[in-house]
Amino acid sequence: MTLIEGHRSITPADGIPVFDVDPYDPAILRDPMEYYAELRALGPVVFIPRYSVLAVGRYEETKTVFSDHENFVSSRGVGLNDFKLEKPWRAPSIILEVDPPDHARTRKIMARALSPKVVKTMAESFRTVAEELVDRVLARGTIEAVTELAEAFPTRVFPKAVGMKDSHARHLVDYGAMVFNAVGPDNALRREAMARAGEIVPWINAACTRDRLTDDGLGALVYAAADTGEITEDEAAMLVRSFLSAGVDTTVTGIGSALWCLSQNPEAWEALKADPSLARPCFEEVLRMTSPVHTFCRTANRATEIAGYPVSEGTKVLCVLGAANFDPEKWPDPDRFDINRRPVGHLAFGVGIHGCVGQNIARGELEAILGVMAERVARIEPAGEPTWRPNNGIRALDRLPLKLIPN
Amino acid sequence: MVKVTFIHSDGREETVDGRVGDSVMATALANDVEGIVGECGGSMMCATCHCYVDDGWSERSGDRMDGEEDMLDCAASELRPTSRLSCQIKLSEGLSGLVVYLPEAQL
Repeated sequence: MTLIEGHRSITPADGIPVFDVDPYDPAILRDPMEYYAELRALGPVVFIPRYSVLAVGRYEETKTVFSDHENFVSSRGVGLNDFKLEKPWRAPSIILEVDPPDHARTRKIMARALSPKVVKTMAESFRTVAEELVDRVLARGTIEAVTELAEAFPTRVFPKAVGMKDSHARHLVDYGAMVFNAVGPDNALRREAMARAGEIVPWINAACTRDRLTDDGLGALVYAAADTGEITEDEAAMLVRSFLSAGVDTTVTGIGSALWCLSQNPEAWEALKADPSLARPCFEEVLRMTSPVHTFCRTANRATEIAGYPVSEGTKVLCVLGAANFDPEKWPDPDRFDINRRPVGHLAFGVGIHGCVGQNIARGELEAILGVMAERVARIEPAGEPTWRPNNGIRALDRLPLKLIPN
Repeated sequence: MVKVTFIHSDGREETVDGRVGDSVMATALANDVEGIVGECGGSMMCATCHCYVDDGWSERSGDRMDGEEDMLDCAASELRPTSRLSCQIKLSEGLSGLVVYLPEAQL
């Protein structure tokens, strides 16, 4: 059997358009809009010869494939590697990279730990940290917002929410970036990220053990499920690891992207200032516009079809969430950033049984930081060109120079 | 088409057409029915599409899904035996005429 990027090489069904592109080219990862548009224009599903994969980028098909957990499974990996054929780089996640019925058992524990009710209890502490950080950057005036706000906020509040006794902001952000680079091909981005695994992974694993967690955080809620016998102690550690894989780099990206959108759209900032309760709907539009997780894969676990085209077992399908969130068939005038759009159904948090389990805490963090900024910052202006940090799974800013003008 | 009637907390009624396979939540949003937020988009991660299924329909609309109780527990309005997350009720031909009551608040 010929393997390419750790999955089966396929012969696409007749009629599927061929798209000669490298979706993981750093230039595309930095600025994917043309790639997204071409992907959607070519057809409901395309074949990308370079990696021998299918890809979907129109809203309907992306949503359908991404949520069809019976035909398109997650247990064979949400990146290019097929876990059935090649050993994954780390023990697979027991919530992300697993199918029903096993999935429901761990999902329920995480959903309970990250429920709106639990997140509500964190609102005050999120706000206190947001006030402190916003006052500090306001006093500085011109800032580099990725480091000073986007990274600073989640790395302060999230380890505390989890109840981590050890915290290492750099390791936490870089571990997330590593996990997301790992869903791509064996390119320079993935290799460079993996080169640091030896340093970061042991630290992460050690930080997830019970003795390194307080008894009043999200980690303790997960370990409580081990006490009642719902999961084992080892599984609890794995779920705490999931907090760290998916809960830091993602919200860092969300905050950076929100500030980027708002600095580019002063009228949206005015609207948010006039009504700070728009912070949550504003974040939804930021997510639709910027799709932090731009691409995840699914694997056809049996012969199936997409948009009427046959798909053979073992086919990897790139679900390009970023393209779907810009589909003009679904989102009128998709280029327009409109904080009153209420884009329910955007795919930035995924959809279906694997929809982001941490989305409430992400919303809570963004509500705190955007809410405090709307109260205290008169204007946000660009203070230089923003640059993007290419990553195989996540589209994040690398640098965002901003000028903040206080009220 | 499947007819769904939403009854607001002030008694106002709205009857809309839904598609087979769509959820009651998606049907409300597609028809601009106020009172359903659906913040998480249907991943059963919030409780902002809470509704009360009319007694006459509760059997046909099915039981709560695995995990639904945990989220309903986070709902902003009173929880009743007929409480459901409307994202978890999928429309079928047999549900045409479905009546659901909307709570006072979702957030």
